[in-house]
Amino acid sequence: MFKKYSFKGGIHPPHNKKQTESLTIEEFAAPDKVIIPLSQHIGAPAKAVVKRGDRVCIGQTIGDAGGFVSAPVHSSVSGTVKSVGMFPHPTGKQTMAVEIENDGTDEFAPLESFEKPWKEAAPGELIQKINNCGIVGMGGATFPTHVKLSPPSNKPIDTLIINGAECEPYLTADHRLMLERTEGLLTGALITRKILGAKRCTIAIEDNKADAIAAISQKLSDPKFKDLSVGVLKSKYPQGGEKQLINAVTSREVPSGGLPMDIGCVVENVSTALAIYDAIIDGKPLYQRVVTITGPLTRTPKNLLVRIGTPVMNILQACDVDFSMLKKVVTGGPMMGIALSTLDVPVIKSTSGLLTLDEKTPGIREYPCINCGKCVKICPMKLIPSRICKYAEKGKLDDAAEWNLMDCMECGSCTYTCPSKINLVHYIRLGKYQIQAKRAAQNTEQKK
Amino acid sequence: MTTVPKTTTSNQNQQSISPQVDEKMLLHLSTSPHIRQPMAVPEIMKWVILALMPAFVSSVIFFGWRSIMLTVVSVGSAVGTEWFINKYFKRPCTIKDYSAVLTGLLLALNFPATLPWWTAVIGSVFAIALAKLAFGGLGSNFINPALAGRAFLVASYPAAMTNFNAPFFGSISGIDGVSGATPLSNIKDAFLAGNFDPQLFSSALRSLSIGNVGGCIGETSAIALLLGGLILVWKRIIDIRIPLSYIGTVFILFWLSNGSGSFFNSASLITPTYHVLAGGLLLGAIFMATDMVTSPITPKGRIIFGIGCGVLTFTIRKFGGYPEGVTYSILLMNLIVPLIDRYTRPKIYGEVMKRD
Ligand code: SF4
Ligand code: SF4
Repeated sequence: MFKKYSFKGGIHPPHNKKQTESLTIEEFAAPDKVIIPLSQHIGAPAKAVVKRGDRVCIGQTIGDAGGFVSAPVHSSVSGTVKSVGMFPHPTGKQTMAVEIENDGTDEFAPLESFEKPWKEAAPGELIQKINNCGIVGMGGATFPTHVKLSPPSNKPIDTLIINGAECEPYLTADHRLMLERTEGLLTGALITRKILGAKRCTIAIEDNKADAIAAISQKLSDPKFKDLSVGVLKSKYPQGGEKQLINAVTSREVPSGGLPMDIGCVVENVSTALAIYDAIIDGKPLYQRVVTITGPLTRTPKNLLVRIGTPVMNILQACDVDFSMLKKVVTGGPMMGIALSTLDVPVIKSTSGLLTLDEKTPGIREYPCINCGKCVKICPMKLIPSRICKYAEKGKLDDAAEWNLMDCMECGSCTYTCPSKINLVHYIRLGKYQIQAKRAAQNTEQKK
Repeated sequence: MTTVPKTTTSNQNQQSISPQVDEKMLLHLSTSPHIRQPMAVPEIMKWVILALMPAFVSSVIFFGWRSIMLTVVSVGSAVGTEWFINKYFKRPCTIKDYSAVLTGLLLALNFPATLPWWTAVIGSVFAIALAKLAFGGLGSNFINPALAGRAFLVASYPAAMTNFNAPFFGSISGIDGVSGATPLSNIKDAFLAGNFDPQLFSSALRSLSIGNVGGCIGETSAIALLLGGLILVWKRIIDIRIPLSYIGTVFILFWLSNGSGSFFNSASLITPTYHVLAGGLLLGAIFMATDMVTSPITPKGRIIFGIGCGVLTFTIRKFGGYPEGVTYSILLMNLIVPLIDRYTRPKIYGEVMKRD
């Protein structure tokens, strides 16, 4: 029926999606207390505009964007600000966050829906609204969406790809959204397409989500969606990686060190498209998101619509996690997600899943590299991970850079596949940090 | 299950559960990815050993108990050497990765059935101690230990290493006159004498593919070796590029230089087929040239490596003073693997359009 798109390389980890893919999204009751970090995106943290004792309503701005590459933050409950201070963040750091006590009244701040039909609005107005609603890339990268949607005029965009690949094992949040909120996210895609002036808009979905493909294809027969198309992807990891997706759908390659807009492409996650719909049509800021709670120790896995700021602990309890066996909790998917050091951290705009694992993954090498070449074969960026890893490990940063260390997208495929169980991407990351630190040091040196 | 009440947590509920759980719960931290595929180094080695079993079994069928004895001695001394050296230098014991077992087995399959047991021990000790552990052990050796062991024995005990007896089970296809010489030296002699007899060669081909011919114990049965190769390709343990380009090169070169005066009659295919099936080519191409540690890491490099091995084998067999050639071809190519890897670096994603 469809031609299947794919890229070269990649791996086939077990999907593990059966547990949750047929579970309807449930709304998770607002907790008694939310902790909303002011930094939930790439770029400058938001600046708090509330203080201790203030009363806030759902959707009220509590942090203003701290610059162009930044996004505002909104309250997800109504209640009283208990404190503004340092709290643990899912990334492992301590960051500024607003702690709000829920008064249970669920009072909304006045939601300002868009004053005119979106089709008549200028791109700039739409972008402004998206910016005000604090929308960021919800696939994990958390790049502020209004920035992505404002490419410089010398970089025209002809292709918009709506990313419904959801290639990470276990996660089904996007899958459920495609089934349950099909119309909304397609409208969101149309709005984005209009903003960018893109000719082509493809909704790209992996072929392991046949029902989602069917649901969207059916909706697309409606004439109002005639400008959209479905692209079926082969199920493999990292099919949803921005660069791999662009390559699969358009056969173009994002230049090394460049951005998708350099080749006329923009990729947007399906949840983000839906958030845009909610913002433009209902005036709803981004204060909740769908999270898949699953993993071997989750006795009742779920897809939950969660308020941003809900502590992870509350959610895990609701899903009946076996805490006695619990070794690890990961936010996001198992391939690129982050292991949590404490369960007091909140759900943020990029939390696509919570994964409970009963075993530790080896952090050290178990065998020497046997030069098997598996990592080379599967690296989606066509690097030689084993060599880069060796250089990075020995601190030969120049050699590592010469062998394209900086092009690694940290997808983890090499580590997954290595029979010697070497954590290649760990050393590669380490090398990247060192090179970045070195470059930063050189820059300050030059300025002096 | 009282999950729902917990969902809408009341304050005290949360406070009573939280600390209690936190106390005993130490979360494990590590960077992503958090899952790994199950195949590890020992499994790979075990699969290769398994893939060698058809060849081993056929060697027992054709060469009898000596084949078992040589294999046991060779594997035993390889593992023993690895264990002892690790112990002596107080290094972690590495025999559990099965690579020493594999080296011993591969080496044994390269012995003639008549080899004295102590020569097998010398070969194994050399392979493990000098070709492998002296360079830092598994992963750091740049030549294949089993091949190095064999080359060492051929150089030190040429007579013992080339005393090929015809299989004890007699002949199935009716060619009996191979005792003392391998089919390869026969064909070479025939060439040198200028008498090319397609009849004799084609009946020899049949026995070569079954395995009842003289030669090293593990290299004689083409069917058993190919079966092993299929297992390895199916389990994605070896890259089919290496054996294919190696064997293909040997075949094409012998076909181009076949002595029948034509390229398109069936006689022209006999010599190349003969060279593919005879001698250690299949064993070498499927199990030795594909040794991960000592072959290139890039897909393109592996093809170059295979072709290089093929050209060298052809050259040695055709023009050299030695009827075999697989061992030295692979060893020579092992030495230039770093070079091949450097010059076959793949074009990375996005490099095409690099703007500088
Ligand atoms: S080197 Fe980087 S891009 Fe390549 S597989 Fe490993 S993590 Fe992915
Ligand atoms: S996958 Fe592991 S063992 Fe194989 S070449 Fe890469 S780093 Fe070495």
